[in-house]
Amino acid sequence: MATLHQYLLVSGLLFAIGLAGVVLRRNIIIVFMCLELMLSAANLTLIAFSRFNLTSYGLPDPNSQMLVFFVITVAAAEVAVGLAIIVALYRARQTIHTDDLTSMRG
Amino acid sequence: MNQLPWILLFLPLVVAAANQLFLKRSPLAVITSVASAAITFGIAVSLLGKTGTSSFEWASVIGFSIDLGITLDPLSTGMMIVVTGIGLLVHIFSVAYMKDDEAKARFFTGLSLFMFSMTGIVLASNFIMTFIFWELVGVSSYLLIGHWYQKDSAADAAKKAFLCNRVGDFGFLIGILLLWRITDSLAFDGMAAGVKAFQLAHPAIFAATLSTALLCVFCGAVGKSAQLPLHVWLPDAMEGPTPVSALIHAATMVAAGVYMLFRVQFSLHLEPEFLRGLFSSEVIAWIGGITALAAALMATQQDDIKRVLAYSTLSQLGYMVMAVGLVAGEAGMFHLFTHAWFKALLFLGSGAVIHACHHEQDIWKMGGLLKKMPITGITFLIGFLALIAIPGTSGFFSKELILDAAHEHNPALFWIAAVVAVLTPFYMTRLFVVAFLGKPRDHGSEHAHEVGPLMFVPLALLAVMALISGYAGVNKLSPALPEHAGEFHFHGIVPWVSLAAVAIGVAAGYLLYKGKDKDPVSIPLFKNRFYVDGFYDNVVVRYFQDAFAGIVNFFDKFLIDGVGVGGLSRGAESFGNLFRRVQSGNLQGYAFTFGLGVVLVIYFTVFR
Amino acid sequence: MPSLLFWFFSLLMLIGGIAVVAFKNPVSCALSMVASFVGLAGLFIGLNAYFTGIIQILVYAGAIMVLFLFIIMLLDLKVETGRKPKLGAVAAGFVLVIAFAIQLIGVLSSSPDKELPKLDLAAGAAHYQDLSPKIANTLSVDQKLPDVHIIGQTLFTGYNLPLQILGVLLLVATVGVVVLSKRQTN
Repeated sequence: MATLHQYLLVSGLLFAIGLAGVVLRRNIIIVFMCLELMLSAANLTLIAFSRFNLTSYGLPDPNSQMLVFFVITVAAAEVAVGLAIIVALYRARQTIHTDDLTSMRG
Repeated sequence: MNQLPWILLFLPLVVAAANQLFLKRSPLAVITSVASAAITFGIAVSLLGKTGTSSFEWASVIGFSIDLGITLDPLSTGMMIVVTGIGLLVHIFSVAYMKDDEAKARFFTGLSLFMFSMTGIVLASNFIMTFIFWELVGVSSYLLIGHWYQKDSAADAAKKAFLCNRVGDFGFLIGILLLWRITDSLAFDGMAAGVKAFQLAHPAIFAATLSTALLCVFCGAVGKSAQLPLHVWLPDAMEGPTPVSALIHAATMVAAGVYMLFRVQFSLHLEPEFLRGLFSSEVIAWIGGITALAAALMATQQDDIKRVLAYSTLSQLGYMVMAVGLVAGEAGMFHLFTHAWFKALLFLGSGAVIHACHHEQDIWKMGGLLKKMPITGITFLIGFLALIAIPGTSGFFSKELILDAAHEHNPALFWIAAVVAVLTPFYMTRLFVVAFLGKPRDHGSEHAHEVGPLMFVPLALLAVMALISGYAGVNKLSPALPEHAGEFHFHGIVPWVSLAAVAIGVAAGYLLYKGKDKDPVSIPLFKNRFYVDGFYDNVVVRYFQDAFAGIVNFFDKFLIDGVGVGGLSRGAESFGNLFRRVQSGNLQGYAFTFGLGVVLVIYFTVFR
Repeated sequence: MPSLLFWFFSLLMLIGGIAVVAFKNPVSCALSMVASFVGLAGLFIGLNAYFTGIIQILVYAGAIMVLFLFIIMLLDLKVETGRKPKLGAVAAGFVLVIAFAIQLIGVLSSSPDKELPKLDLAAGAAHYQDLSPKIANTLSVDQKLPDVHIIGQTLFTGYNLPLQILGVLLLVATVGVVVLSKRQTN
């Protein structure tokens, strides 16, 4: 049987992989996907804690599952808006390569 | 002492402010200025003979305070009569003279400002106040010389006057501070006690220190009274309107130097013999004498009617300074008093002539004006006679006293003064013969006609004063009066020398210039004013000023601008640029920084 | 959950994640993400979070992935070519990730581990006896965890207001997306 640490470890590794993707990849859509990976890694942590810290009546804590539920819903909305922004950006700049998007240079 | 002196002081300022703020385009400015001059003259007359002081604290630092104060004594009240009396006549004359000027209001504002400043110098009870008003007359003189600032020559002349005065004032300020250390008092009436105490405390260095201080103070007078070597501004100042020349550059402001010197001498209460022995008195007397001689020589070759008069003013100021240097300041002040009237008369007369000849100033283009403008001509003649010291006129009495003093104390200076006494009638005769006698030589003088009453009434009044101001009785108005003033006393060599000098000068001038249409003698050295101006322009300005400007520029650009101001700003800028690089605009860079922050936060919260 | 399955799903998830980062073709990346999420869903189900696992599949693999693919196709993104990644940036990214992983291991090794506790269905049944007889019944009679029912019960009793707000959020997102993707007509 897997222990809490093993769940937390894989969750952390997934988060690290997502972070690596955000920092390393230059394609903004893939950066976006990696953000989703990171969110999901957080979800896994929540679910693991829910299962490993049972409620006083011996069932998994439903409150953390609520949190995951909300995270997933917000993530869906965020993906929709984010992709729409990317489309608008592409129309304006003809690129989704982050190296070309430097108008915030000080 | 009541409020009157303060009204006397501040009324012109109020008028000047009102003119500048509210009446800039209004003909009312003329009326207010003339009215203020008339009122101040009335007050000055009513204050005659009064004495007293009144002051209030103006600024104070622990243990030291600066007062604004007024001193009334015969010296200041007498001087006020000169200032306000001539001031009033010049105001009236200006109403006609400046009738067609577009910036009349500005002109009268300047006149009122000048009246305020000059009153301040005369009434000042301490050196700080003197210095403030000393600078203020400089400013108003600057404004009035540059009245026609559209002309380059006028603007340059104004600048030159201001700069020359600044050079002198630098020394003046040092002198004030030195005198302050010596006497421990800035107020004139506290000086006598202070100087006595210093003499007792440091007998060994007393004479040298006092001499240095007086010489520094004299620097101020050199600038303001246009003595050698700072005389160059006064002839150029003739670019200003002629009434200004009469009031400021002949009668009052330029005499302020003499007045101030006399005021200091008088306040120190030292033995005349001791003062005369001081090195500074020697220098002052010699500078006065040399100025008188040099200016008279230059005057003999000038063609501009106002410049002749300007050099004549220089020469007469030299006389006065010489008298102060010989510690015969009363004689100097008496000459200042008489000279003020007749020189103002000559200047206003020349103003009337210039006005009548359509702003022609070259005497060789005038001629025959005595017939065309009899009143102006006769009053001018009276001024001329007073200036050359014909017995019976005011100039005779005062000049005799100076020559007496010179003869008594310094024979070399006496003979220099005697030569000046020959030259003065010579160049004045030249001026009068060429401009007023003979035939008109030019269109302007041919069509000249007598000026209106607003102009000739002041001339007539001044002519009266030029004749009678020397006599006992009238000369009570003089700021200071030596013994035997206003008496004919033909004993000794002096009167005979001066009479002979006048006779020689007039005869030479008349014979040489009668009926001539152009100058029969030409002495380039005199015409070019001993090349002093050229020397200043080509050597002092070019080399010294430019070199100095280079040094100042270095200080300003590299040290102050580069290291101080610029260094600070560059420091801030590069510091900012350092942080600007963080804002790379690179998305991943931000993400990386963010991740780094997360790692650091974890490190600090968990592992420490 | 048998360890074998845990490791299988874990590896699927991690390898899928690595593939997302590593693949050059965006379509491959998207498909790798689906694989990763399938692994994640397996882990969820192994943790008795059946509903969340299914939702994960439905929302991510079903909806979000399609959206990603759709945008990739719409923008006609090709394999990135000719762009050399900057060595310094790559190194910095790796250093950051490795530092994070090391910290993770450090944290985990310094905190107590925990075995998977057994569910106590009887106590759960007693708890839900008053709240929802149906859940209590499933727990006590069928000896199963009615995950969906419990979540529904919690959602509609404890999280009513957030649920409403979430609905508004989705509406706002929908409107926002429409506004953003509408072509600007002058």
